[in-house]
Amino acid sequence: MTAHVVGTTDEIGPGQRKIVEIDGRSIGVFNVGGRYYALRNTCPHAGARLCEGTLSGLVTSGAPGEYSYAREGEILRCPWHGWEFDVTTGRSWFDPARTRVRAYETSIDAGVESGYRPGPYVAETYPVEVQRAYVVVHV
Amino acid sequence: MLVDCDIHNELTPGALQPYLSPRWRAYDQTYGGRADGGFAYPKGAPRAARADAWPPSGLPPGADLEFLREQHLDPYDVRYGVLNCLTTACREQNPGYAAALCRAVNEWQVAEWLEKEPRLRAGIVVPYEDAALAAAEIDRAAAHPGFVQVLLLVRTDEPLGRGRYRPIFEAAVRNGLPVGIHFGGGRGRNPLTASGWPSFYVEDHTAMAQAFQAQVVSLVVEGVFEELPDLRVVLIEGGFGWLPSLMWRMDKHWARLADEVPHLTRAPSAYVREHFWVTTQPVEEPPDPRDLLAVFDNMGGTDRIMFSTDYPHWDFDDPRRALRVKLPEEVRTQIFGGNALALYGLP
Amino acid sequence: MAEYARPADWPDVPLVDTDVHITPRSLGALSPHLPARWRDYVRESGVASLESDLYPPRSPLSAIPGAKPADGPPASDPDLLRTQLLDPWRLDVAVTHCIYGIDGIHNPDWADAMARALNDWQHAEWLAGDPRLRGSVVVAAQDPARAAAEIDRVGDRPEFVQVLLPVRMRAPLGTRAFWPIYAAAERHGLALAVYAGGASGQPITPVGAPSYYLEEYVGLAQAFQAQVVSLVCEGVPVRFPALTVVLVESGFTWLPPLMWRLDKNWKGLRREVPWVDRLPSEMIRASFRLTAQPLDAPPDEPARLLEVLDRLGSDRMLMFATDYPHHQFDDPAHAAPAGLSADAMARFLGGNAIATYRLEVPSRAR
Repeated sequence: MTAHVVGTTDEIGPGQRKIVEIDGRSIGVFNVGGRYYALRNTCPHAGARLCEGTLSGLVTSGAPGEYSYAREGEILRCPWHGWEFDVTTGRSWFDPARTRVRAYETSIDAGVESGYRPGPYVAETYPVEVQRAYVVVHV
Repeated sequence: MLVDCDIHNELTPGALQPYLSPRWRAYDQTYGGRADGGFAYPKGAPRAARADAWPPSGLPPGADLEFLREQHLDPYDVRYGVLNCLTTACREQNPGYAAALCRAVNEWQVAEWLEKEPRLRAGIVVPYEDAALAAAEIDRAAAHPGFVQVLLLVRTDEPLGRGRYRPIFEAAVRNGLPVGIHFGGGRGRNPLTASGWPSFYVEDHTAMAQAFQAQVVSLVVEGVFEELPDLRVVLIEGGFGWLPSLMWRMDKHWARLADEVPHLTRAPSAYVREHFWVTTQPVEEPPDPRDLLAVFDNMGGTDRIMFSTDYPHWDFDDPRRALRVKLPEEVRTQIFGGNALALYGLP
Repeated sequence: MAEYARPADWPDVPLVDTDVHITPRSLGALSPHLPARWRDYVRESGVASLESDLYPPRSPLSAIPGAKPADGPPASDPDLLRTQLLDPWRLDVAVTHCIYGIDGIHNPDWADAMARALNDWQHAEWLAGDPRLRGSVVVAAQDPARAAAEIDRVGDRPEFVQVLLPVRMRAPLGTRAFWPIYAAAERHGLALAVYAGGASGQPITPVGAPSYYLEEYVGLAQAFQAQVVSLVCEGVPVRFPALTVVLVESGFTWLPPLMWRLDKNWKGLRREVPWVDRLPSEMIRASFRLTAQPLDAPPDEPARLLEVLDRLGSDRMLMFATDYPHHQFDDPAHAAPAGLSADAMARFLGGNAIATYRLEVPSRAR
């Protein structure tokens, strides 16, 4: 597994996302309430650029006519057919075991150490400042 | 090579003004549209569009020709795309206004789409609830080679086989054009189901297939194809998985009730096989994708099945992924282009 | 037409006919069961009949030869039912239903009185007279609360196994206003039967009324499709998990493609109906049953029919039916799909119905 720097924390603020290219793969990096998640930008259903979809909440129900709405901003709906995926795991709502999108490990690092392979985000052009850290995706 | 049999070009506010006569422009600005009063089901997405189909120009999905080229025609190597312009013009309650709007839509399609992009073809939008006016518009518009079919919406006021609609089909045959019947239409007259209005959009979308079934039954049983043996009908965005069962059911009960419909000289399924084409989207997704092959077989073959994407709508089918079953090469060629080239007489 | 009787080569397993029509000889036959106020109302307002017009009396589909007694419409004579259906088919159980135009009546109080009369009439004239017969509770859905009260009144009589509603309703069957009916059915262990008919006054197709009877009969399948969609999307199987919905005279070859389409749409749109927490097809397989006639498949191509059955994904759903007295087949051998395994055939002929209706079938010493 190689670590790829994809941006800075203040560049991908809460509720925001950044789509990056790593080793020829398009990957969406999401900031959900200060935690970062990375998903392959391809819907397993029909191949749409999943990470460009709408971020929404999870609608569930205890009984017909009742709605509960939770986890706002954590459910990614595919821009085409609306299939829902949990941003934090890549699993689809309706078939979490089998219908899922590849999720990658992320981490936040205060600085780029040696051994990191630079990603599309070129570290040199974004000098490290005290108030921001790097978002790293492990692929 | 791909012939995409269902692409939607979208009108923008004011687009038709230059094409309306002063009388209808004034009417349009004073009274505007009243298309049967019911409330539409909110779609799964704004404008029922793919979230990624909003052009950078700020125009709505389907309204920007350059973006259509860039996002769809070029990357998918679309040799021809058939535009089916969805507009309430065709079902305005005032027939004169409907006719004026439809004519304007067609002139707009020629000027803004067909003349600007050689890969595009289009359906003639007609005020189908007044068949005489619709036939006149077909006779007028068909002169432009970019029009390859007459476009109706499936949810008409009455079943299309009934006599009041016959002039539309006669005009289509007279001009050598198939009649395309597309998903959508009335929302305030006949309820969507035999038991009234359902509650949810998921029902609306699913039940639209029943409207298509009703139109197939009507056109066949009324004997329209006996009267017009050259008539060709394309079912657009209705699915097709239901067609074998419907053919079986019609045949079974026709066998017992044939004396009621003596104008039919053959089993109903024979008319279906000879006169109907279907577009694929929204393609059924059986758990075992090979079941689609059985559906094709039960339909009587693959020579009437034409691929469509429904771009830019949310239920878009991607040509690379939508049919998830391995097709013999010649069948693939038929479905993705050959059948449409033959039907529409495209070079 | 071959002899109308159980085919000799069918296995000796319980046979349950799940679609048998019964009807009053005339409106007058109900008079003894109507309160005096409504008996006189019928007479004084000149109502002649509530017989459904869905089956034109002389149409070749409406009755097999010999089903019409001298003094009434087809299926109005219990003795004829015995000699034409129960005995020659050696039925263990026949599930009957009376489709009468109750649902079309505009006055909810009269409709309710007629429904009650029909239930008392069928119980007295038919169900009590032959242990092989089971019945369907007629209700007037015009007033769901009173419909539920009627189910409470008769629902525990062991002869009744289901509550009957037409496929053509004034509103889709999933509509919450009807739920008191489903709650009552579930409470009494009754199934909900949806039959091919109804006088809702709405056109049978989404594009208006067709010209020909053939279209209307064919179109019933689309009415059923819409009701399956409605019941599932409104969450009836979620709210009433013990309620089985039986589609009577619906055809069934349309069901697999409907499940495909509904499943596909649900995957993208299920947020709209979050109580539908499983694939709709799973719900349909668990909660819906279908009677087998009309068997809408090519009679000479049994392999195609077996494929359809395979795509249903369950051999527990389809139940044997004659649709007596309607003329659905010339050869009784065509009343069952050819080529079923022994287990599947036994389920089809009786096992599925026994499970659905919790029937106790007497031991079969023959």
